[in-house]
Amino acid sequence: MVSVAPSVSLKDVSVKRRGKPILDAVTLDLAASGFTIVLGPNGAGKTTLLKVLHGVERITSGTVAWSLPAADAQHMQAYVFQRPIMLRRSVRDNLAYPLQLQGLPKAQIAQQAAHWADKIGLTDMLDHPAPRLSGGEKQKLAVGRALIRTPQVLFLDEPCANLDGRATREIETILRDVHAQGTRVIMTTHNLGQARRLASDVVFMLKGKPHEQGAAPQIFDAPCTPEAKAFFQGDIVE
Amino acid sequence: MNDIWAGIMQAIQLIIALDADLVEITLRSLQVSLSALVIASTIALPLGTWLAIRRFRFRRATIATLNALMGLPPVVVGLIVYLLLSRSGPFGVLGLLFTPTAMIIAQVIIITPLIASITHQAMRELWAEYHDLLISLNTTNRQRVMTLIWDGRRALLTGALAGFGRAIGEVGAIMIVGGNIDHATRVLTTAIALETGKGDFALALGLGFVLIALALLVNFAIHALSRTERHGTW
Repeated sequence: MVSVAPSVSLKDVSVKRRGKPILDAVTLDLAASGFTIVLGPNGAGKTTLLKVLHGVERITSGTVAWSLPAADAQHMQAYVFQRPIMLRRSVRDNLAYPLQLQGLPKAQIAQQAAHWADKIGLTDMLDHPAPRLSGGEKQKLAVGRALIRTPQVLFLDEPCANLDGRATREIETILRDVHAQGTRVIMTTHNLGQARRLASDVVFMLKGKPHEQGAAPQIFDAPCTPEAKAFFQGDIVE
Repeated sequence: MNDIWAGIMQAIQLIIALDADLVEITLRSLQVSLSALVIASTIALPLGTWLAIRRFRFRRATIATLNALMGLPPVVVGLIVYLLLSRSGPFGVLGLLFTPTAMIIAQVIIITPLIASITHQAMRELWAEYHDLLISLNTTNRQRVMTLIWDGRRALLTGALAGFGRAIGEVGAIMIVGGNIDHATRVLTTAIALETGKGDFALALGLGFVLIALALLVNFAIHALSRTERHGTW
């Protein structure tokens, strides 16, 4: 199946939890291709934005419109959570799980699991229990498990938080590869260096709203708003 | 002290001689309680898991009721099953009263809430852990229940064993609906009650030791088969 990743537009999307706005009337368009990095301080609504796009967050008002019917769009997405969720199974079974849900033939599942284990460098660990992997291995496994269904859109919520340089580089290599093969990537990060290395465009979130949006690297070099400028310089923005 | 010693001796004698009556009532005990366990688990494991993942209007009330039913008095369950199965009751035509089937029905009613409640407790934690992933992967409710049951099987084993323990040691309900008929519905617990009533403490104690040994054996066997505690915490 060859199909183009869908584009998406949010219109006046608000998310409130206990009366407190998390996302505040967000209007945002994301193109069908690219490597979008969502930046911003803690509590700016980055994770909630990703979850709204993925369709797993209840929105209080507004609309999310994919260029496809919502159900189809959701089927071609995958999401990597900030804290990797490991099934209490072996690495192999974790990789196989999304395909098992689709009821694929066993031989094909096994072959795919082996293929992705190789890609994420966990071939030696296939029979290890996943909950006992190290932080970096867990995160790589989560990325592999998200990619095994070859999603057209991949969401990642700080996939490299708490990882050292090498693990970060390995994950970035995988992400660049899948992006080069046409997967739409939308990712949050706190690491400005990583944002500069990976981004084709940037959404800078502040106080529940996209504060500034633009193509990289221009937005890093010449941000329009003082807050974005300060943030990209490494100042603390609240 | 004398009675206990005599009981131990008698138990050893009965086991070594493979006393025909002893073997028969032991096997019947196992048959009734294991059947009840299998049926109750088939109902309670999916039910408890389903209660953990679904949000519906009377969820809290349902769970509170389930927890309360854990303490269901066996004698009352026996009485109700008796009334339902007796000749004049709604299911009288089936002729099930005073058969092992009636005993199984009563025990299923007693242990299902217990297993479902323990399942619910364990599955609630696992669901909190898996929630985001399973939602993100577009799983159906059935797939969620199956995933949780499989990955939480160790915790569920504890629930099932608790249910088995309650069933094998239970006497009130099966005495009423089974009738403790020799060679038909006599099991270890009802036999112990009978022998105690007759004043044959040695035989009663002998049967008691067999019962305890049986419970231990089944627990060990299930643990060995499922290889718990062999691969760390899960």
